[in-house]
Amino acid sequence: MSGTARHDADASPRTDAGGCPLPHHDREVVTLAHGGGGALTRDLIETVFLPALGNPVLLRREDAGIVEIASEVARGGRLAVSTDCHVVQPLVFPGGSIGELAVHGTVNDLVMVGAAPRFLTAGFVIEEGLPITMLSGLVARMGAAARAAGVAVVAGDTKVVERGRGDGLAIVTTGIGIVPGGIALGAAGVRAGDAVIVSGTLGDHGMAVMSVRESLGFEADLVSDSAPLHELVAALLAACPATRMLRDPTRGGLAAALNEIATAARVGIEIDEAALPVRPVVAAACEMLGLDPLTVANEGKVVAVVPAESAADALATLRAHPLGRAAVRIGRVVPDHPGVVSLATRVGGGRIVPLPIGADLPRIC
Amino acid sequence: MCLAMPGRVESVRDEAGVRMGRIDFGGVVRDVCLACVPDITVGEWALVHVGFALGRIDETAARETLRALAAIGGLAEPTHDDPDRGPADGVEP
Amino acid sequence: MSLVAPFRDEGTARRLLAEIARTVTRPWRIMEVCGGQTHALVRSGIDRLLPPGIEMLHGPGCPVCVTPVETIDRALAIARRREVTFCSFGDMLRVPGTDGDLLGVKARGGDVRMVASPLDALDLAARLPDREVVFFAIGFETTAPATAIAARLTRSRGVRNLSFLVAHVLVPPALQAIVRSAGTRVDAFLAAGHVCSVTGWHRYRDLATRFGVPIVIAGFEPVDLLEAIRRAVVQLEAGRHEAENAYPRAVSETGNALAQEAIAEVFEPCDREWRGIGTIPASGWRFTAAYRDIDAVTRFPAPALPSARLTVCRSGEVLVGALRPDACPAFGRECTPRTPLGATMVSGEGACAAYWHAGRARP
Repeated sequence: MSGTARHDADASPRTDAGGCPLPHHDREVVTLAHGGGGALTRDLIETVFLPALGNPVLLRREDAGIVEIASEVARGGRLAVSTDCHVVQPLVFPGGSIGELAVHGTVNDLVMVGAAPRFLTAGFVIEEGLPITMLSGLVARMGAAARAAGVAVVAGDTKVVERGRGDGLAIVTTGIGIVPGGIALGAAGVRAGDAVIVSGTLGDHGMAVMSVRESLGFEADLVSDSAPLHELVAALLAACPATRMLRDPTRGGLAAALNEIATAARVGIEIDEAALPVRPVVAAACEMLGLDPLTVANEGKVVAVVPAESAADALATLRAHPLGRAAVRIGRVVPDHPGVVSLATRVGGGRIVPLPIGADLPRIC
Repeated sequence: MCLAMPGRVESVRDEAGVRMGRIDFGGVVRDVCLACVPDITVGEWALVHVGFALGRIDETAARETLRALAAIGGLAEPTHDDPDRGPADGVEP
Repeated sequence: MSLVAPFRDEGTARRLLAEIARTVTRPWRIMEVCGGQTHALVRSGIDRLLPPGIEMLHGPGCPVCVTPVETIDRALAIARRREVTFCSFGDMLRVPGTDGDLLGVKARGGDVRMVASPLDALDLAARLPDREVVFFAIGFETTAPATAIAARLTRSRGVRNLSFLVAHVLVPPALQAIVRSAGTRVDAFLAAGHVCSVTGWHRYRDLATRFGVPIVIAGFEPVDLLEAIRRAVVQLEAGRHEAENAYPRAVSETGNALAQEAIAEVFEPCDREWRGIGTIPASGWRFTAAYRDIDAVTRFPAPALPSARLTVCRSGEVLVGALRPDACPAFGRECTPRTPLGATMVSGEGACAAYWHAGRARP
């Protein structure tokens, strides 16, 4: 998008009566001076970031956060590290904001490899002109999401870029977690005959964001599913230790996640269209824009590959949790067509589900 | 070509001389230009393409089509294809 | 009463397939013209469920596929201008011109916006008075009324900063070109249902007689398509060639008079080049003289740009059913969805893309 920042709420004059530029102590919006590393930067950190994200490590205000993991490692735990860049327009959407996404996205990446998430770092690239109240609100949401997910933000950084050079706000998070001894999820464990399960309805996040984008605007009860999955997955792994692998169907949706599994494990996957859980309103919104719900992003769902005999237990466990109520078995791993995902259509036909090539664009044809 | 969807007319209005309506597509509501079907009324179904209603969906014709289809393949009476007892639009989990 | 679900019913679909299988005694080639129908056939897997004697040919009913390179190049040139806000449907953003596509222009700083309706462009023009807003008007007769009404509103509201790059095309001349094309044998056509919602279907009677082929007006749901195919097969087996309407809930004999009126006021027929096929006489619409001043070609005159002739790409032959995608030498080699040579591989419902995705599961 060209630099028509919607947060352009700068009402104060930039020059004094004589035409001389006023000094940058504008308290209402983020300015380049806030990124300078001096008093204004410290101001921002103290008034916006620390109150929202503060924890004993961060509050030491040192250049790096020191954390204790020795005891978990001694018990056989391994360190898991993930990173995620978050850029979303608009910054706030039904069901969440970039603040929650920044936490959930990285937490879930850790969760997918079986790790218990522990710490996050967060880098903020702020576009000049973002109102400080908006920034505070988003960081506060991020802090709340972090606490709910049981993670502490132990290091952070902020930079400010010129107007037109940023999408309001970008957040980059790195996550650190511990994979308990005995857990080894991954493609190598996948076998023909395994069941493929998804934890809930598809396409909620992507369509929620699209519904509030300008010029595609329509009204609908579309809500992002952004959520941390650590508890859901912990319950699943406790009930089904034989779980093969997990994947979160974020960008590229379920289609991308299944293709990645099929390629990594060198197996085929077959899914049943009739089994795919999609809210009717999401299906309608997708139809309207010519999009396939399979390719639309999710931010609070997990795809699990489990041995066929564990499928019933896995489903029961997921459904017992608020984030997994709509969990359903959608298909199976097959030895045929390795690397390819096929779908049995509702009218009894078949088609391939390819890896989406870049962003799926709405169409009229 | 021609992704057009049927939707139910929720309300109609005139806006700067143009007939407009709010149309419900299975839970998604959009503003649609009704310049081509200015006499369409609330509760009727419109066929909508790129934000314009191209015509009405004729419910009687739909019923007729389904009745004729039910007779194909030697079925004596319609079963779950009964047009008056159809399942809800959209996909259910 | 549900207007959608019964037309997706699996039981009905299976019975229709069985009925088609019972009726067929000889091989038949049936072409669906509309890209949306191609998409629906592939999406529901029907194309692979039909009895072996029925071959579905995917016709040139995809405005994405048939928009000539020159038009794309002109769109790119206009979109690159600093004062222009270029509005396009999502479909066109990745179609390659001689040198890049609209998404590439956007990536390099062009103001390219994706819109869902020409009314969005009208709205943008009002909200951005300092920008020159241009709307890329592609599509068949289904989409032309929307452009026409938007053009009328542009005129009546005195909007000065909006213009239209018109590339609308017509179906009947395309059918004629296909029938007359050497190397094509199409036994029957499925006509585009939503095009006919606008134009009506009476003119197809004459076409069916003249070309000697059955023409069945078809909808877009799996049951609609199967029923249309069934009717086409019944006619073919009986040696008949008539037009019939298998989509009566959305298509009437005469179509929508107000939509036709808007088109007649704003547009006049013109020759159009179809990418890969060549020029088909009177197969497109351009603005009448009264609307020339909101024609983007008038507003942004550009010298005729030399456009590359992609000689390796044979999408033209594919589009008229003369070449099967997987018989093209470039298919799967230089030409894949990730590195498309022509629009039939770029477009989600292009015949080549459809073949590519369907073929990957076969050993």
